[in-house]
Amino acid sequence: MTLTKRIIPCIDVDLDEEGDAAVYTGVNFEDLRYSGDPVEMARKYNEAGADEFVFLDITASAEGRETMLDTVSAVADECFIPLTVGGGIRTREDIKETLRAGADKVSINSGAIAEPSLIDAGADAFGSQCIVISVDARRRFDEAGEQYVEVDGESCWFECTVKGGREGTGLDVVEWATEAEERGAGELFVNSIDADGTKDGYDIPLTRAVCESVSTPVIASSGCGGPEDMEEVFVDADADAALAASIFHFDEYGIDEVKRYLADRGVPMRL
Amino acid sequence: MSEARTETGSEERLADVVVVDYGLGNLRSATRGLERAGASVTVTDDPDAFADADGVVLPGVGAFREGMENAGPYREALVDHAEAGRPLFGICLGMQMLLTTSEEAERAGQGDVEGLDLVPGRNVRFSTDRKVPHMGWNELDVERDHPLVDGVDGEHAYFVHSYYAVPDDGDAVVASTEYGERFPAVVATEAGNVMGTQFHPEKSGETGLRILRNFVEYCAER
Repeated sequence: MTLTKRIIPCIDVDLDEEGDAAVYTGVNFEDLRYSGDPVEMARKYNEAGADEFVFLDITASAEGRETMLDTVSAVADECFIPLTVGGGIRTREDIKETLRAGADKVSINSGAIAEPSLIDAGADAFGSQCIVISVDARRRFDEAGEQYVEVDGESCWFECTVKGGREGTGLDVVEWATEAEERGAGELFVNSIDADGTKDGYDIPLTRAVCESVSTPVIASSGCGGPEDMEEVFVDADADAALAASIFHFDEYGIDEVKRYLADRGVPMRL
Repeated sequence: MSEARTETGSEERLADVVVVDYGLGNLRSATRGLERAGASVTVTDDPDAFADADGVVLPGVGAFREGMENAGPYREALVDHAEAGRPLFGICLGMQMLLTTSEEAERAGQGDVEGLDLVPGRNVRFSTDRKVPHMGWNELDVERDHPLVDGVDGEHAYFVHSYYAVPDDGDAVVASTEYGERFPAVVATEAGNVMGTQFHPEKSGETGLRILRNFVEYCAER
């Protein structure tokens, strides 16, 4: 198989003080730092050879929705690579209008946990390939889980959280991933609350556990500090795509540089 | 109509292309890609508009049954357009709709849903011994000459699909790619005016824009 592994820059988009869409990047759990204009960044990564682009609307407000759809359209106009849009998608109508605005795929997180049949409805109407189910996983070392893996010598399970990790759901990530796939999800987008912002690398046990339990492609997210972390998540966890934000936004690494590093180490890349 | 539009556009427009709006999916990227490739694009759900166009594009995101149901009102106009020897380009689901039928509809218990039958054959699902959908960048191997694939042999294109085309006639395959097995990435009729890509050229970076430019130039020459 010659399918290449994907390198995906991700932008978190909020409204600035003037009500315009702007990209913000979290730095070590702390402040969100303004890091650019969404359309400019789409253009930059499109030209730099990114394999895909992820746009997450973090406004979570009704009034922001209209601005965000306009911004999605402006971004889509610059994006001749696949564009995934997430944030606040709760209904079939939300899916439809996001796709119509120019997204190729929608990423659904808490909306699907609250109403799992949204996955079936979305897949039936628009095809599985544009339904991405996103999870914000958190490690738990208690007895409440369903599927356990060994982490640092301890038995660990992964819980789906909502509201940026502030609220647990009791739902086991691996169980949920399996259910989401059965319902028609075409891809899984796995974030780690534990790894987010650390730059210490992706949560390998988490990513591996999800990859082993589903047959859909898996995007690993959270914790990337550099190309060596991407190599680890591709080789050790078998992820299909690696997502990163700050290392690209703050120009610590270029897309091309990362891809060459990986290709030199035998990871199939589109150069 | 089309002349008036050409005159108002100050920059050079090579051809008038209609993108069929059958109510599903992302038309925006296909439209922008074609525009960047030099086309003057009309997005329309009016089959009468096909007659004025140099080329027609059937875009594709969605499920086969809904696609065909929604394309129902255009079936005759699309077939007429193709049979008149004029360019028709199906993208992804739009390519699958050029064939006769699809397992996708059968699996959903919807019986045989008729495709356009311009490229006889059927669409089948990948077996489950690999990750499905086939999603990502894969390499194009050009199998035979066709204007659409000029200059793209060995390049990567972006695929997102769970089903793939199996044309009855192997010569319909213009380019292939491999995902567990070899399957068609680009198909075309013998006459060449009906063509389709399983991948999304509008999402395949420079390679995809090259393919769209090839199509627009082909339309301009007709």
